[in-house]
Amino acid sequence: MRGKIRVLVGKPGLDGHDRGAKVVAAALRDAGMEVIYTGLHQTCESIVEAAVQEDVQVIGLSVLSGAHMTIFPKVLKLLKAKKATDILVIGGGIIPIDDMKKLQRIGVRMLFGPGTPTSEIVDWIRSNTSEPKKPSRRAKRSVKKRVTKKRKK
Amino acid sequence: MKKEEWNEKVKSCEERQVEFTTVSGLPVRVLYTPDDIADIEYDRDLGYPGAFPYVRGVYTNMYRGRLWTMRQFSGFGTARDTNRRYKYLLKHGQTGLSVAFDFPTLYGRDSDDSFSRGEVGKCGVAIDSLRDMEILFRGIPLDRISTSMTINPPAAMLLAMYIAVGEKQGLPPRILTGTIQNDMLKEYQAQKTWIYPPGPSMKIISDILAYCCEHVPKWNTISISGYHIREAGSTALQELAFTLKNGFTYVEHGIKAGLSVDKFAPRLSFFFNAHLDFFEEIAKYRAARRIWARMMREKYNAEDPRSYLMRFHTQTAGCTLTAQQPENNIIRTAYQALSAVLGGTQSLHTNSMDETYALPTEKSAKIALRTQQLLAYESGVANTIDPLGGSYYVESLTNELEKGAYEYFTKIDKMGGVIPAIEKGFFQKEISRSAYSYQKALERKQKYHVGVNVFEEEERPEIEILKISRQVEKVQIQELRKLRKQRNNKRVREKLRMLRKAAEDGESLMPRILDCVREYATIGEMCNTLKEEYGIYHEPIIF
Amino acid sequence: MERFRAVCMNDIKSLLKGDKRVIARIVSAVEDGKGEDLLESIFPHTGRSFHIGITGPPGAGKSTLVTSIAKRLLGCDKKVGIIAVDPSSPFSGGALLGDRIRMTDLALKDNIFIRSMASRGSMGGLAQATKDVALVLDAAGMDYVLIETIGVGQVELDIAQVCDTTIVVLVPESGDSIQAMKAGLLEIADIMVVNKGDREGSERLVSELKFAFEMREKEAGWDLPILKTTAIKDEGIEELVLALESHEKHLTKTGKLEQERKKKLLLRMHELIERRIRVHLQKKVIPENEIKQLMESMYKRQLNPYRVAKKIARRIIRGSR
Repeated sequence: MRGKIRVLVGKPGLDGHDRGAKVVAAALRDAGMEVIYTGLHQTCESIVEAAVQEDVQVIGLSVLSGAHMTIFPKVLKLLKAKKATDILVIGGGIIPIDDMKKLQRIGVRMLFGPGTPTSEIVDWIRSNTSEPKKPSRRAKRSVKKRVTKKRKK
Repeated sequence: MKKEEWNEKVKSCEERQVEFTTVSGLPVRVLYTPDDIADIEYDRDLGYPGAFPYVRGVYTNMYRGRLWTMRQFSGFGTARDTNRRYKYLLKHGQTGLSVAFDFPTLYGRDSDDSFSRGEVGKCGVAIDSLRDMEILFRGIPLDRISTSMTINPPAAMLLAMYIAVGEKQGLPPRILTGTIQNDMLKEYQAQKTWIYPPGPSMKIISDILAYCCEHVPKWNTISISGYHIREAGSTALQELAFTLKNGFTYVEHGIKAGLSVDKFAPRLSFFFNAHLDFFEEIAKYRAARRIWARMMREKYNAEDPRSYLMRFHTQTAGCTLTAQQPENNIIRTAYQALSAVLGGTQSLHTNSMDETYALPTEKSAKIALRTQQLLAYESGVANTIDPLGGSYYVESLTNELEKGAYEYFTKIDKMGGVIPAIEKGFFQKEISRSAYSYQKALERKQKYHVGVNVFEEEERPEIEILKISRQVEKVQIQELRKLRKQRNNKRVREKLRMLRKAAEDGESLMPRILDCVREYATIGEMCNTLKEEYGIYHEPIIF
Repeated sequence: MERFRAVCMNDIKSLLKGDKRVIARIVSAVEDGKGEDLLESIFPHTGRSFHIGITGPPGAGKSTLVTSIAKRLLGCDKKVGIIAVDPSSPFSGGALLGDRIRMTDLALKDNIFIRSMASRGSMGGLAQATKDVALVLDAAGMDYVLIETIGVGQVELDIAQVCDTTIVVLVPESGDSIQAMKAGLLEIADIMVVNKGDREGSERLVSELKFAFEMREKEAGWDLPILKTTAIKDEGIEELVLALESHEKHLTKTGKLEQERKKKLLLRMHELIERRIRVHLQKKVIPENEIKQLMESMYKRQLNPYRVAKKIARRIIRGSR
């Protein structure tokens, strides 16, 4: 039997638009998940630290301020430094399609645009956390392989 | 045919939906008749445009005399970039400016603050000091334009900068026209851009009211905003009720600060959202005018009729725009703009189709402006006043919203007023609940959003979008560092010390802020100085 | 899930060194009820930290207070663990945990570990899981473990009872509810705090509480302090931390700490036995098909639960010999 799915929902940066983050947080709760909500105006450092201490499987970030190309890469970098790359990073907000592609290439697992039904987010999290990954060497290698394959395309 | 007979007949007809409600969830009946507005007494409840209770409009001949101000909210990159965009918009027939600041500016942080990283010039224009403000308005004579600035915690600083730019153009403050948003209550409730706790924030607002009464009499000192409350997910009724209640709270604070109500109330203006539900929005604006006029006369004993006027700006609802099929946003925005015009707005911003992706491109911004021009010059809707007045449905909905608003007022009063209710998280909870239940309604298809949950398409079209270069942040920080070297830092420190002293002593901050601004103190330096005295706000934890 | 085992069983050393990632993993395992083997191995390394419970009604400012206390303790070079418990939704089993909102900056410091826990609703399960999580933080070398719970029900009272010191927090607005809570919350308090002390009514609440406690049977050597704090302004925290220290001293000096901890261990042992028996009972003693039959017969009044229970218990006791 699988343990509870734990998700961190965070609002990094200065942007105070928390409608989306709160709606998603409520929807995840109603889908039976435990949601750690970090509140507004968080630094990337505190988000990553919280994710580690709370042992979440997923970090969901909402960015509407246009700072996504700064924030997402930084979170990924910090996770790497903490050897916590098994934590999946997903997000949503006002993000141009080109930037979405770039972010997904560097390791953001999924970005949900405006208008995404919350059920889609719930389903995505469920199906991607059903086998929590160990941060073992093998797993890391296979992730790398997949990324390089994609790049070749 | 008799009504009873028709009632029977319509009952036997099948309906395409189980339930008909407004987008806010108010039930809508199949038909409205004179019975629904039987209580209305024309002179008492509607009256004539420009006359009490102003339901039909705040001015005597409304758009027959002068069209609404077409005021497109814009700003991005450096002051230089935005100055160029302003000139472009003015060239294409825009009639007022509206400044969008970037997040660091909105939060009173300098561009080189660690919190500003990645945010400089992204969501609006980056302003650190008077130097940037001078560039922003270069070649734009401030006596020939009115400027609205969406700025809240550092509102006093930006107003001071505007006054200082005027001085440099040889213009005295008394002729400047424009608006600062300066509405902190809705920040705590919905938009969440704050620095200090409510107490000091309200004190600064009172200072601005007093200062403008005396020195900048044509300035709109607070733009009491429902827009953000609605964007955060409230219903139309909540937008109406919370916004007006906030307005009354400012009035009470002004009176408490020793100002006469008729001195400052005429300079209060409002800012509403134009959302999807066409008639509900029109009813909302009309109800707002009646509530404001009556309360100002009856409760706050205002005597100058200008204190009764609920003048308002409208922006179409950003939260209704879709990333899917973005061209549809042009049409969506047009209907929303129409509701604002039929509702008697004084100025209007129409959103651009690409705003779910980024700030608008020049082209999409122009289409948005043209949408207003089509309404004004082609559609004929501005040719007569309040054409929907007397509509059984619209009047009945106006009454219903008004009644609901008064119920909220009572509830908020029972909690001890707006600020205690903020501290208890009342508004925050109300708004996020509405947002969540609307989202659930969409997912159950009880409400529709074209392109999102009905008439969906697989492919998202690639559209052109505005990119803010990473250079902006670098350039802005370089300029800021240069400024810090060039200015007279001894004088800056001295003026900042005096600002701190004024805050400690509870004196008016405006003159001290102006002194700082003239010496090119930065927004961050001023706000940090005040933070030392006032502390910072912590949000109550509410779900 | 097996992940914790793979990561953690080999990593007891890292836990003892205070590796946050490992602590977090082990806590998850324990929360999911799969950490018994781990707990066995870490138990010898526990018993060194002091456990403080902070409980009170929603909105009393507990998180802010916990944050302030933690800051002081960190300032004294202590290692601090925080467990913030919030209720799970009874409908979905999910939870929205927001206590960290107040603590994010604090969480970045070296000597602290903060964990949000959902109550997960199962009978008595919350108290048990919290105890186990506290044990993990104990093993990880925390000098203090602060356990924050909403004081509304029996379960929270149970948690408070695992702590060495219990702080009960009230606010002026909660005045009306004191009557209702007297029986519960006030009985368990070692230190009483009136938070939001700058608000109207706080003085009145303090004197009401003083009156209430005069009627309570006094514990020898401990004069229960009633303190006023304004946590958001960091006022009164110094006094509170001093009170905590003197309660700790009092417990040590009187030998009460040892006495109470022994009692708690016995209690814990009993609980664990009960849990094992319950699981055993549910799974093995009565086969699935027999359960259905039994229910049917009892419903029809052909059998009675008293008799059935007696029979089954006899079977278990005999079997265990």
